[in-house]
Amino acid sequence: MTAPLLRARGLTKHFPLRGGLLGRTRAWVHAVDGVSFDVNAGETLGIVGESGCGKSTLARLLLRLVDPDAGTVTFEGEDVLRASPSRMKRLRRDLQLVFQDPYASLNPRLPIEDAVAFSLLVHGTPRGEARERARALLGHVGLDPRMHGRRYAHELSGGQRQRVNIARALVLDPRLLVLDEPVSALDKSVQAQVLNLLQDLKAERALTYVLISHDLNVIEYVSDRVLVMYLGEVVETGSAEALAESPRHPYTQALFASAPSMDPDRRMDRPPIAGDPPNPIDPPSGCRFRTRCPFAMPRCAEAPPPFVSVDPGHEVACYLYELTPAARG
Amino acid sequence: MAPLAGVEAATDAVAAVPAAPMSYWRTVGWRLGRDRTTLAAGGGLLVIVLAALLAPWLAPYDPSAGSIRLRLAWPGTPGHWLGTDEQGRDMLSRLLWGGRMTLVAGLTPVLVAFVVGSALGIAAGFVGRTTSTLIMRTMDIFYAFPSVLLAIAISGALGPGLANTLISLSIVFIPRVVRVAESATVQVKGLEYIAAARVSGAGMGAIVRHHLLANVLGPILVFASTQVSLSIILAAGLSFLGLGVTPPAAEWGLMLNTLRQSIYVNALVPALPGLAIFATSMAFNLLSDGLRDAMEVRG
Repeated sequence: MTAPLLRARGLTKHFPLRGGLLGRTRAWVHAVDGVSFDVNAGETLGIVGESGCGKSTLARLLLRLVDPDAGTVTFEGEDVLRASPSRMKRLRRDLQLVFQDPYASLNPRLPIEDAVAFSLLVHGTPRGEARERARALLGHVGLDPRMHGRRYAHELSGGQRQRVNIARALVLDPRLLVLDEPVSALDKSVQAQVLNLLQDLKAERALTYVLISHDLNVIEYVSDRVLVMYLGEVVETGSAEALAESPRHPYTQALFASAPSMDPDRRMDRPPIAGDPPNPIDPPSGCRFRTRCPFAMPRCAEAPPPFVSVDPGHEVACYLYELTPAARG
Repeated sequence: MAPLAGVEAATDAVAAVPAAPMSYWRTVGWRLGRDRTTLAAGGGLLVIVLAALLAPWLAPYDPSAGSIRLRLAWPGTPGHWLGTDEQGRDMLSRLLWGGRMTLVAGLTPVLVAFVVGSALGIAAGFVGRTTSTLIMRTMDIFYAFPSVLLAIAISGALGPGLANTLISLSIVFIPRVVRVAESATVQVKGLEYIAAARVSGAGMGAIVRHHLLANVLGPILVFASTQVSLSIILAAGLSFLGLGVTPPAAEWGLMLNTLRQSIYVNALVPALPGLAIFATSMAFNLLSDGLRDAMEVRG
């Protein structure tokens, strides 16, 4: 096997919660805790989890929008977090991000073709050429540059704005695209259009995707491999089919059980988990899911469970599988 | 609503007549043009400013030449349509000339505060925690004093005169603008398009120039325009207290001060500079209200 395109190891980010007169740190929000994974060239890695589980923070860590407290990100063997400013600027051409909110992610005072061309200008492309390329790309993502190019974001619909966002991310010809909830703010019908556009673009430009979503249907539809996150930690990882067919971690099982499936054979027969995730300021000891887990054992509180390989390429962090490695829990 | 809102459609590539999209400022202009109150206030202001500018040509008399025999003439006196003051000087001429002083004293501090305050506020909001703490805590010190008291204290320390009035009023208004600029900057800084610009590899300077300024200067400008009327009143107030413009120069606040002793002899003449101050600050208030409404744009 070839080396992975992107490799994350032990990524950790705790946000300080400041308070009091002098702004002292009173507590830490455990947003992302020791997350490791590989992304191979050409694949789509889906990252799924409830809101607040650290998915978006993870996206920002990968792109160095937020500096991690610990861990490394390597892109093609190069340490992204230690890259010099000039190297980082070069790396940014390869690593791009599509944002979640199609409303906040476009500058309201910039015509959309200028918003797309801006990235090129930053990297020294002459103004005229940058605008030409931006217009061509807008046409490519399904917006008529003659009709929409000089328009402002507020004059476009949500789906159109998301197309602009995709064009902006693609204009630098990146190799890896991190998609942070790219369709969750859109209507169902528009979601399908945008997902299909993303699939087409991926095939055409040999892109690699890291797709972050809370929507299992979206994840299943586009991902090759899936990473399940709970409260800042990875609990299970495997191929999209393996996870859909035989989810192992009790959280993944609950997640699939609670997703409204399009498939009548897979309608829920068991009630999904109840309650909200615990507070990430003070996460439970040991396995973080134990407070909501129907199979929680005393030892779950003692130490976090290590990853156990249940099938090739299918790993789960749960004591149930350590006890009986081959069987279901 | 923008006049030519975009075509809302599920399928994006709808063949429609490509209407010229309106830029932000043209949309603002279009909205202002439909707001009668704001137009009237703007028109009134224009008249006041023009009258002040053209005072040397419009004023029928020398504003400092008086006549002992014609003191405190009532408005309507032939030759002196707005009457004369306690030294027999023509009120119309003095009001025209006084408007220049008052407008300069009202507008300059706000302009200075807009420039200096925006720069400091954007730096505080964008650069980092230490810079922010340094700037904002310094501004808080100025905030500890009521604005009138602060203006009087600084003017008192510096001594009377137009230049010192401008300095003291600028110091009064800078912290206010800094606060608004800082909060606008912090708000915009958190939006995803700033993060998108960082992801594209843009440096801090390019982000501020292309993405931040256009989105924060509008709100700051609107806030600053609301301060003009206060500045005019404070400037007039300082002159009234003898800390601003010095006699015999004509300035509305100063005129009010010298005429107040004659209020039992002739009640109408002392009211005129007051009316002028009221009308001007009111016009600025209405104008900034209209500006704020017109600039609140989102599809």
